[in-house]
Amino acid sequence: MSGSVTAASGILATTAANPPWSWNLAADLHDMLGYPFMVNAFRAGTIVAIVAGVVGWFMVLRKQTFAGHTLAVSAFPGATAAALLGISATIGYFAFSLAAAVAIAIVSRPTRGNGFSEESAVVGVVQAFVLACGFLFAYLYKGFLGGVNAPLFGSSFAITNAQVVALGSFGAAVLAILAIIGRPLLFSSVDADVAAARGVGVRRLGVVFLIVLGAAAAEASQIAGALLVFSLLVMPAATAQRLTARPLSSIALTVGFGLVATWGGLTLAYFEPYPLGFCISSFSFGGYLLAHLSTWRLRRPRQPLATPHPVGVTT
Amino acid sequence: MNPPEIAVRFRDATVRVGDRVLWHDVDLEVPAGQFVAILGPNGVGKSTLVKAALGLVPLASGEATVLGKPAGDANREVGYLPQRRSFDPSVRVRGIDVVRLGLDGDRWGFPLPWGTRAKETRRTVAHALELVGAQSYAARPVGQVSGGEQQRLLIAQALVRRPRLLILDEPLDSLDLPNQSAIAALIKRICVDEGVTVLMVAHDVNPILTYLDQVVYLAGGGAVCGTPSVVITSENLSRLYQTPVEVLRTSDGQLVVVGQPEAPAHHADRHTGQPVR
Repeated sequence: MSGSVTAASGILATTAANPPWSWNLAADLHDMLGYPFMVNAFRAGTIVAIVAGVVGWFMVLRKQTFAGHTLAVSAFPGATAAALLGISATIGYFAFSLAAAVAIAIVSRPTRGNGFSEESAVVGVVQAFVLACGFLFAYLYKGFLGGVNAPLFGSSFAITNAQVVALGSFGAAVLAILAIIGRPLLFSSVDADVAAARGVGVRRLGVVFLIVLGAAAAEASQIAGALLVFSLLVMPAATAQRLTARPLSSIALTVGFGLVATWGGLTLAYFEPYPLGFCISSFSFGGYLLAHLSTWRLRRPRQPLATPHPVGVTT
Repeated sequence: MNPPEIAVRFRDATVRVGDRVLWHDVDLEVPAGQFVAILGPNGVGKSTLVKAALGLVPLASGEATVLGKPAGDANREVGYLPQRRSFDPSVRVRGIDVVRLGLDGDRWGFPLPWGTRAKETRRTVAHALELVGAQSYAARPVGQVSGGEQQRLLIAQALVRRPRLLILDEPLDSLDLPNQSAIAALIKRICVDEGVTVLMVAHDVNPILTYLDQVVYLAGGGAVCGTPSVVITSENLSRLYQTPVEVLRTSDGQLVVVGQPEAPAHHADRHTGQPVR
């Protein structure tokens, strides 16, 4: 893995070291897509933006962003363990993120409400441990790992054809699972008690969703890096949910924002000397900020009318 | 003439939570088309009674029949509104979506937003919203409408499958007085106009007193059923609580129960698992 990272970084450094913008944007883009590594980066980025967007939409709705973050940082030990064992980084990413998802699902105790108890303590424990593992593997590897920057902050300029295929097939599987469970999952996320009374397996769906979230986090980590994965997993969904409450439009907007941020980030990172993770995150954050500002004024006058009753369930 | 159809029937029903008997030997019959309230102090097992009717809580002995089938088997024809739900202001889903999930939220697969089935779904959801008068705010995020409006949306959700039996667990809880009487009137209207049997858990009988056909009073591990004026009397409640209790009727017809053991004792009792009394 580290070999391909360094090789690709080398390509970027020598042949395409941040060419200057010209006045002809079309020609610039044409030149950029002349490099196979850029084409692969765009392919992978597109797949990841779609998958992370749809999964992230449910994650934000279910308020499981902390779990999502933990599954994403599990990619760090995944990548370093893969380097240590000399196997494909993609396998490492998925193995660790899915294992962390299963661990959280097993240890979290079911309860009323979201299908999981206040799982943040469990999630925090898992997160601390996987980060420690990642550090250990990086230490044991000793060799040149591109620092720990690539696994932590993203390196999609190093995506191989095989990785694009792997990302695509995992992504297709994730989307297929979500298309099947999407409606009951929405039901149990919004209204767990009634869903359970209607025979929806709220707890089982919660476990399946954690695993799906693990797969999406592993995918997104390969583009944005384990630490900046939220720029694809949370920000597009949070932005879309800010703008509309219609589920279908909201999911479509999420995917749209994710694609714009990814394509914009990749282009910016090609022409400017800034790291890719930063570029994608900046686009996502800018979009979120704009959405926040544009709805802030609209929503103010309604506040006094709403009477929020925090959920407090008793028997 | 046939005897009236019975929507809910309990025979010698007993429910045990852990090794404690919550209530025992309860007999009750809810005739179809009636508006029946389950009353009693906190922690006495009112919610458990409706959960037993839904088959969510097993009976230790006796039997429960709902719409002619064993409890739980007829749930497709039962609309259920669990206790005290409200939506966090941050929930970014519309009221109409919540109602619609009550219709087909338990189905797998992805619904296509066009075609005759989608049109039919939209019509059914619109009808349910109309029944509760929620059209004007159904398109707003559900977390941002008022408590009374949320309650109407949840009733629409329970009604959207056109159930024969509606089970409501404290739907008036956490509402202000004008909203309590408005929702009570709405439930009565649905009961009469749509011919739906309503079984409703309440801990204050007064907002619904004028609409009720029957009450089930649950206390001290047993139950008494009948019309409100027959059941809610000093003798009955004194016997249930096994302590002198007085029922007073104010000049405007409201009932005041005096001398009943205080709720907190029952509440604490529920968590420590100690026997009642």
